[in-house]
Amino acid sequence: MARTANLTERLANPTRFMALSARMLPWVSLLAFGLIAAGLVLSANAPPDYQQGHTVKIMFIHVPCAWLAMATYVLIAVSSAGLLIFRHPLADVSAKAAAPIGAAFTLLALITGSLWGKPMWGTYWAWDARLTSVLILFFLYLGLIALRSSLDDEALAAKSTALLALVGVVILPVIKFSVNWWYTLHQPSTRFTATLDPVFRTPLLVMALGFTVLLVALHLKAMRNEILRRRVRSLTMRAVERANREALASATAVAE
Amino acid sequence: MDLGPHATFIWLCYAIVGVVIAALVGFLAAEGARLKRELADLEAQGVMRERAGKDDKDRA
Repeated sequence: MARTANLTERLANPTRFMALSARMLPWVSLLAFGLIAAGLVLSANAPPDYQQGHTVKIMFIHVPCAWLAMATYVLIAVSSAGLLIFRHPLADVSAKAAAPIGAAFTLLALITGSLWGKPMWGTYWAWDARLTSVLILFFLYLGLIALRSSLDDEALAAKSTALLALVGVVILPVIKFSVNWWYTLHQPSTRFTATLDPVFRTPLLVMALGFTVLLVALHLKAMRNEILRRRVRSLTMRAVERANREALASATAVAE
Repeated sequence: MDLGPHATFIWLCYAIVGVVIAALVGFLAAEGARLKRELADLEAQGVMRERAGKDDKDRA
């Protein structure tokens, strides 16, 4: 616990974070690429399911996308709590960087789910609890992005977005348990060891792991970009201040 | 690879996921390169960060 707190404190320095993430990023990206490539080979070689036929292959990318849609929101919520409670300097950077990535994976979960639904259920979309709650999650991501960009004051934008993100956490248990609480077209949650044959379980786990490592790589890169963006803004303001000072000094010299 | 009567749905899913992830990676890489260029231009004009000197000392 003390070691974790120490690591978090050390990473609070953006310069240290930039140095560490620069060393980590190529290896994390390579690991994600390798796992996803292995997952794709395993998925291609998976046999057809006795009920779904080859459409079971959609599960190998739909489930990881849906998993990342929720995991990214957890990441945003934890970062938001880190900003509001501990005022961690990188917490807002983390939350801001994660929102577009989470929105992209939620959109992919909705699209792949819809394309899986048509051959299995006979429809692309149904207003059932699971599908609708994931759609709300997508709108929540868009709301977080829109709220932040609508406020000019950076500190106010960070706090308002963090509050909305924490309120929005309520959608996660609704998504998770929607298939148990309500009658839905969507099948119940997959219990990996009990209900899934190893020929489907292995490719799914490898793809899920690959997508999770991909999320880490994308998030690190997006955080690095956000830190660079803040540095550029701060230097631009400094350059403008310097130009104003020089203009004022030359005007004063001319007047004298 | 014969994927049966629903092959279009399967290929479409994999293609869309591939395109969106490639776009995300491409956008992040391009954005990072643009920001690094802007930062280098500003530093070349002699505009420095307040903490830059202190960070260099910390590293030493």
